[in-house]
Amino acid sequence: MSILVNKDTRLVVQGITGKTGTFHTQQCVEYGTNVVAGVTPGKGGQVWEDKVPVCNTVEEAVKEHGANVSVIYVPPPFAADSILEAIDANIPLVICITEGVPVRDMAEVRRRLYFHNTNTRLIGPNCPGIITPGECKIGIMPGYIHKPGRVGVVSRSGTLTYEAVWQLTQKGHGQSTCIGIGGDPINGTSQTDAIRMFNEDPDTDAIIMIGEIGGNAEEEACAYIKEHVKKPVAGFIAGASAPKGRTMGHAGAIVSASGAGTAEAKFAAMEDAGVSIARNPSEIADALLRIYKG
Amino acid sequence: MNIHEYQAKRLLQEYGVPVPRGYAATSTREVETAISHLGDDMIVVKAQIHAGGRGKGTFTDGYKGGVKVVKGREAALDAANHMLDNTLVTAQTGPEGRKVQTLYITEACDIAHEYYLAVVLDRETAQTMVIASTEGGVDIETVAEETPEKLIRVAISPTMGLRHYHCRRVAFALGFEGEQVKQFARILTGLYKMYWDKNAMLVEVNPLVKTTQGQIVALDAKVSFDGNSIFQHPEIQQLRDLNEEDPKEIEASKHNLAYIALDGDIACMVNGAGLAMATMDIIQSFGGSPANFLDVGGGANEAQVTAAFKIILSDPNVKGILVNIFGGIMKCDVIARGIVAAAKNVDITVPLVVRLEGTNVEAGKEILRESGVNLTPADSLVQAAEIIVEQVKNAD
Repeated sequence: MSILVNKDTRLVVQGITGKTGTFHTQQCVEYGTNVVAGVTPGKGGQVWEDKVPVCNTVEEAVKEHGANVSVIYVPPPFAADSILEAIDANIPLVICITEGVPVRDMAEVRRRLYFHNTNTRLIGPNCPGIITPGECKIGIMPGYIHKPGRVGVVSRSGTLTYEAVWQLTQKGHGQSTCIGIGGDPINGTSQTDAIRMFNEDPDTDAIIMIGEIGGNAEEEACAYIKEHVKKPVAGFIAGASAPKGRTMGHAGAIVSASGAGTAEAKFAAMEDAGVSIARNPSEIADALLRIYKG
Repeated sequence: MNIHEYQAKRLLQEYGVPVPRGYAATSTREVETAISHLGDDMIVVKAQIHAGGRGKGTFTDGYKGGVKVVKGREAALDAANHMLDNTLVTAQTGPEGRKVQTLYITEACDIAHEYYLAVVLDRETAQTMVIASTEGGVDIETVAEETPEKLIRVAISPTMGLRHYHCRRVAFALGFEGEQVKQFARILTGLYKMYWDKNAMLVEVNPLVKTTQGQIVALDAKVSFDGNSIFQHPEIQQLRDLNEEDPKEIEASKHNLAYIALDGDIACMVNGAGLAMATMDIIQSFGGSPANFLDVGGGANEAQVTAAFKIILSDPNVKGILVNIFGGIMKCDVIARGIVAAAKNVDITVPLVVRLEGTNVEAGKEILRESGVNLTPADSLVQAAEIIVEQVKNAD
């Protein structure tokens, strides 16, 4: 078992005929993900790579092909529109990979998600996606570094997640599900949301949380962990050496000029919540294995 | 993206927000023209740099203050001559300071009270927040910390927008009465509209002042825009001042590389923003000092790696390079070939340590070892950081 995606997932790819969409869809199909439809407005009726029917709208992909998860590889100016279309089509899980979505578009999307009785969960934007090893890979992560198992991983960073997953796999520990929540200041799923789901998942025994400087998502998650989580949790925060007031690659990774959102504050919150801390990125799996024998 | 005060005030004026009459000047001649428009009374001379704390700053030649209120033409010209082409160091510029290439020369006004007013995107609630205070002209973070009850915060839904009652609520909370409530509402409406139209992340007026004549005026202005939305606003792109940016950062942005210059001596080249930060962190934890943040992206190709090496090496402080790549979908052997080809293209004269991890890592390391390029392959990130810090130390 796992959270959010599994072998029953029926995926629709928004932007399937674009260069990025095509490349990563090939990888996902090879991994075994059940891609039931693609959406590229104006190309409805075509068949992608002789395999997947292309629709004009997400609604069509749901009605005709039973899609229940959507992944978005649409360029930034149109990404929010694609998310809203998927929400309106009542897709329960939408994963937006696109980097560079205007922040205000995301504020509007969040409003739509939280205040209009939607049943949709959004992951991302600006994220690698989600994978339940051995069952379903959605997004741009390399599939083969993962291995089925019982550790849940949630992270704001792509390659840093791969590092942690690779360490776990090398040490013989598989993953239940790995979620990249993305590096933007406003996203759909928070660290807390992911940790809550892992905590409630009977097939996840331990959790790794990888954070970055900026915002207070990790502090909020630590408050939740302290209160509710009995499963072992390990954590790492990137950006201890970052200067104030500069955006470090990810739009959300910034320590404000006044000093809010530092790695130091986040490490302190983890300490307070009893999270096992990795002080450097090579020791993320080790930090978990100090408190979890598997 | 940030802009200068004089540019921000022009935008404010377009949105009906009153600002003191003023002129931007980049030469003594333009300063003289500006002063002649303003008469022989009190004049304000303000250095235009993208950093706060100008008033309390000091120029590298010892001249004090990047904002001067002076009486008369002669004094204004004197202040302007001291500031122009001089380097201003403030609490936010770092010790190297910023060269002042533009001045903003404005009329002065008689201040009865200073307020703080900002429209800002609040990432925690994903809403716009209007923040106001009767304690203006000072660092708002200090107010937030010491007297949080003096901060007025009103959340604005992105789908509803700013309403009249929001304006009235803030105006009354600031103690405005009668005609001033209307004046304030017009100002806040203008600020919000500008924030919305231009995809700003922050529009801050500190101080907003009430003059002794009862007028409400924006005395200073700071605006920053969402970098992800700039493509929608060519008029804002034109306001970009390349003098305020590091030339290496400008070059990197041309190659789609996320690069930030820092003041250390160990350069790093990494794929992924989180891993790039973590690489800087580990260099620092071994007693080294990172020279930059550099994310070459998920699919780093040979051309990008070559460009990245050139940018890194154009920094004269760099005494060593650490390359840290996690080979995901692009496998380690492919990446290793790219690094070797790029290293041969660029004359690398400082120690180079390369750490690869991921698929085909052994094949990748083999390619590095047999390349003939003078580099040290490392087996782990910890080892890589140790080696480069040591090699740079020994080079001193």
